[in-house]
Amino acid sequence: MNPEPTCVRIEQLGKSFQAGRTTTQALDGITLEISRGSFVCVVGASGCGKSTLLNLIAGLERPSAGALLTSGRTALMFQDAALFPWLTVVANVELPMRLAGIRRAERRRRSAELLDLVQLGDAAGKRPHELSGGMRQRVALARAFAQDADILLMDEPFGALDAMTRDVMHDELEAIWTRSAKTVVFVTHNVREAVRLGDEVVLFTSRPGTIAAKFDVALSRPRRIEDADVAELAAAITRRLREEVAGHARR
Amino acid sequence: MPVAERTMSELSGLDALEAEPRVTPAATRWWSVLWPKLAGIALGMLIWHLIASSGWRPRHVLPGPGQVLPRLWHELGKPITWRAIQTTMRRAAVGFAVATAVGGAVGLAVARFQVVRAAVGSLITGLQTMPSIAWFPLALLLFRISEAAILFVVVLGAAPSIANGLIAGIDQTPPLLLRAGRVLGARGLSTYRHVLVPAALPAFVAGLKQGWAFVWRSLMAGELIVIIANKPSIGTRLAFEREFADAPGLICWMLIILAIGVLVDAVCFASAERLLLRRRGLG
Repeated sequence: MNPEPTCVRIEQLGKSFQAGRTTTQALDGITLEISRGSFVCVVGASGCGKSTLLNLIAGLERPSAGALLTSGRTALMFQDAALFPWLTVVANVELPMRLAGIRRAERRRRSAELLDLVQLGDAAGKRPHELSGGMRQRVALARAFAQDADILLMDEPFGALDAMTRDVMHDELEAIWTRSAKTVVFVTHNVREAVRLGDEVVLFTSRPGTIAAKFDVALSRPRRIEDADVAELAAAITRRLREEVAGHARR
Repeated sequence: MPVAERTMSELSGLDALEAEPRVTPAATRWWSVLWPKLAGIALGMLIWHLIASSGWRPRHVLPGPGQVLPRLWHELGKPITWRAIQTTMRRAAVGFAVATAVGGAVGLAVARFQVVRAAVGSLITGLQTMPSIAWFPLALLLFRISEAAILFVVVLGAAPSIANGLIAGIDQTPPLLLRAGRVLGARGLSTYRHVLVPAALPAFVAGLKQGWAFVWRSLMAGELIVIIANKPSIGTRLAFEREFADAPGLICWMLIILAIGVLVDAVCFASAERLLLRRRGLG
């Protein structure tokens, strides 16, 4: 089998922030290759620069050191749905298409398609405040897809949802990803969630963020978060994460 | 059940549980808003009547509602009353429109350019506190006794509030929405068009509301000072009644001024503000 072409290539990437006289090294020496169509999860304790990595890939920030190459366009989803409260659901989904100059009829057609994809066809005319947290996050997902990006960057998108909704969102995301052949980089602090979703789990250390270990998740899909082999691998990764965090206490 | 189908039914189940049903009986809501207002007016009339009939001031100086209300009805039947109201309302509308254009442009410039903000940001708040009547001597020097003098003062009185409303609205845009806008491809002007201006709208409407109050106040002051011949306005009517020491007529015109101020605020601004906030789930 041919190896999939690389979609995101990161070499010796570093990022530091200047705040007054102190410089914080957020990321250091990150080397990572993400192949097209894969689902990569990044986990780590707080302060490991996970979100910074996504901002760098999205082009919202510039690297301080190293190289970063992305082939294809990116879309970014946050922990908060960040929908525009003055727009209806369908207008929110259409906004990136409006900004890209896509015609009205085409926008209508694609937004209807995308809302059906996240099963919110009936909620098209509602306002964001009328929806539940899970529904809002699905609108955000449809909006991200409306950008027609090749790489979907997700920054703890289900972090604020209750366990049951999150569980259903996992199934939903997995199903959509399988059909769409998009590359997903998914940041989370929930190791189980990472194993449930990812082809690969990348474990980050904190301050500065570096890669501690990479784990291949060779489990068959569709998976469930309560599967025994998901739990087993998650436990192994968590042990490793704990060692990393404990290392910080000694330093 | 296959996975996709199960997910689907679970999703719609969760959606149904979490989406709140909304019931809005329109008629009951109208009545619940209306009756406290009517009760308030009735109470005001009663207090007025008690003070007037207490003998604190003679009847021809302080008439009660029993004298004034029939007189008001009589005045409202006269064509000159409506000509006066028409003139004043036209001035108010023109003044408000110009103030909105000026205030909006200045507000956008201050919000957009750091230099402009440093230069005139605090000056705007300063102008807001300036009593509009203090502008009239200058306005009369510049424009003589003319419509332009009134317009000048009305615009200077209202534009700062409108500009400040817009500035506050843009400054208070949640950073997350700005980031979302950027991620979705908004740049420069389209950021204003699709993110900043809609986000600022409620604060802008609050500024407009305050702007209207300033327009109305400065206009009344202006019409009392700048009296243009052969052009009846609310201000000139008020001035004439005072010169003839006609207390019931004077109070009639004060009631008309109060009623117009309240009505415009309720019909134009309060309802727009409520609608905006309700749409965003804030009201």
